[in-house]
Amino acid sequence: MVLVYAESPKGQFKKSALEAVTYGKMVADAMGTSCTALVIGNAENAGQLGKYGASKVVQANGAFENFDSQVFATVIANAAKEMGAGVVIVNHSSSGKSLLGRLAVKLDAGSVSGVNSLPTVDGGFKVKKNVFSGKAIAEFEIKTAVKVLSLMGNSFPPAESGADVAVESMDANAPAAKITVKAVQTVDGTVPLPEAELVVSAGRGMKGPENWGIIDELANVVGATTACSRPVADIGWRPHHEHVGQTGVAIRPNLYFAIGISGAIQHLAGVNSSKVIVVINKDPEAPFFKAADYGVCADLFDVVPKLTEAFKKFNAAQ
Amino acid sequence: MKLLVCVTQTPETTANISFNADNTEFNTTGVNFIMNPYDEWYALVRALELKETAGGSVTIINVGPTANDTVIRKGLAIGADDAVRINAEPKSSMFVAKQIAEYAKEGNFDMVILGKESIDYNGASVGAMVAEYLDMPFISFGTKMEVAGNTATINRDIEGGEEVVEVATPFVLSAAKGMAEQRIPNMRGIMMAKRKPLNVIEPVAFDDPTAVVSYTLPSAKSAVKMVDPEDMDELVRLLHEEAKII
Ligand SMILES: Cc1cc2nc3c(=O)[nH]c(=O)nc-3n(C[C@H](O)[C@H](O)[C@H](O)COP(=O)(O)OP(=O)(O)OC[C@H]3O[C@@H](n4cnc5c(N)ncnc54)[C@H](O)[C@@H]3O)c2cc1C
Repeated sequence: MVLVYAESPKGQFKKSALEAVTYGKMVADAMGTSCTALVIGNAENAGQLGKYGASKVVQANGAFENFDSQVFATVIANAAKEMGAGVVIVNHSSSGKSLLGRLAVKLDAGSVSGVNSLPTVDGGFKVKKNVFSGKAIAEFEIKTAVKVLSLMGNSFPPAESGADVAVESMDANAPAAKITVKAVQTVDGTVPLPEAELVVSAGRGMKGPENWGIIDELANVVGATTACSRPVADIGWRPHHEHVGQTGVAIRPNLYFAIGISGAIQHLAGVNSSKVIVVINKDPEAPFFKAADYGVCADLFDVVPKLTEAFKKFNAAQ
Repeated sequence: MKLLVCVTQTPETTANISFNADNTEFNTTGVNFIMNPYDEWYALVRALELKETAGGSVTIINVGPTANDTVIRKGLAIGADDAVRINAEPKSSMFVAKQIAEYAKEGNFDMVILGKESIDYNGASVGAMVAEYLDMPFISFGTKMEVAGNTATINRDIEGGEEVVEVATPFVLSAAKGMAEQRIPNMRGIMMAKRKPLNVIEPVAFDDPTAVVSYTLPSAKSAVKMVDPEDMDELVRLLHEEAKII
């Protein structure tokens, strides 16, 4: 059986949770078994996970407002043992990453983090992930009876394959949390970078923070999340959480606009898994053009407002 | 404060990535190795800052072969007091975590600090595994940490924002950008590093639960399609009709 932990921060499933269940169902099919979704704490309409392929949804009730990997991993591992799960899947998210390692130890399981393809199961359980910051792909074999995987976001779009199911509840038996959450600050309204499908990113070609208005406007019209290159975050033109690249956030959106960014190898390492890359740069020799699908060689201060206008027209026509 | 900092060695960020003929091994010929930036810039430097304000010691631990000593010595040159190398080829994150935990459980460390991930296998797995082996809390992606007595207040990155958490020692922390500023070792540090202890310990027996069976390079991008800067409607059309992305 494949057990998927479906994250429900603030009682809501995000797209990533539906991706994990969709993926869990595909893994279960490949193995000729079924997929069960585990929900910890509050979640609005947990039964909807049935639509994405869970034949069973189990909810561990209790006070789980705050995330402590020790608490959550105990609940998941208990469920996995009780149900005899052969594969446990979590998201490759800020919480999922700290669950994966704990689950591996608790379940004596081999783990692969950040997987982005379906495993092959004939002649050993093998699964792929990007390594060397996207510069290569490695196929791992997991040799233990139980396997733990974390799923890279934006790799498998949520797909409906069934109907809502009844939710069973389970005794959580959770230990007390040792971490106290004092405050949470999230930017509301915009999709966080690791989950964003559309990203507008800008670099040192912007000349100064006062010029970011055209970037914000483009992002707004496209419905994209903003990002930036490292020097721009380092000088304080933009907040650190926008820094993408090898030493920043690694992202894989469907569409990545790189505006006034040269395309240094360390920058590319964090964005080269994007499905489509559009580069706007006035230097025809900018290395980023080699990694781009579409390029515009011109002054960004001319082109970006024009692109925004074109998107407005497009949106109005849709 | 007794602090243990885990450091790993990774190919330099500009390294050309290639594999041997049957694509089963990373080709290290001509590759420069560096200390994993997250371990060096954030985990190690924050540990040194804590020692400077609160006293104590900073020990570096690495699981790896003799060749890793250069990177370990650099950590000593930046300011760590001593180092331990577990003499084994690191082939899986769980093997590494097991070795670190075996050493750490005897050492009475207040904190075990490591970088948020290594830039080669990008696993972000070892920290949670060490924490689990040691039955300690784990705070991942810390960007800031204040310590008062045995309580730490840590800001950590979460999707689209941050969380401020409080935790008592001992714990395991993974450090991300913001936690500290990179330090360049000076001449005195480099000289002193040569005399600091680097203890080599043999590993405990542990079977790797995973193994890499093959590597591939991503398929090459097709050539870029250049769009007339005067015709942004065309770019939008291409994204819609050709790329089908909007
Ligand atoms: C260990 C290490 C790790 C690193 N990690 C990262 C990382 O994670 N992420 C990252 O981004 N970088 C990283 N870097 C830095 C990286 O090497 C580059 O220095 C950085 O990405 C360059 O940022 P940039 O493209 O914004 O600036 P620049 O390289 O200065 O490029 C600016 C670009 O803007 C263009 N431009 C200027 N004016 C205009 C205009 N008016 N219109 C159109 N185009 C214009 C220029 O032609 C140029 O191509 C790292 C470096 C090291 C050594």
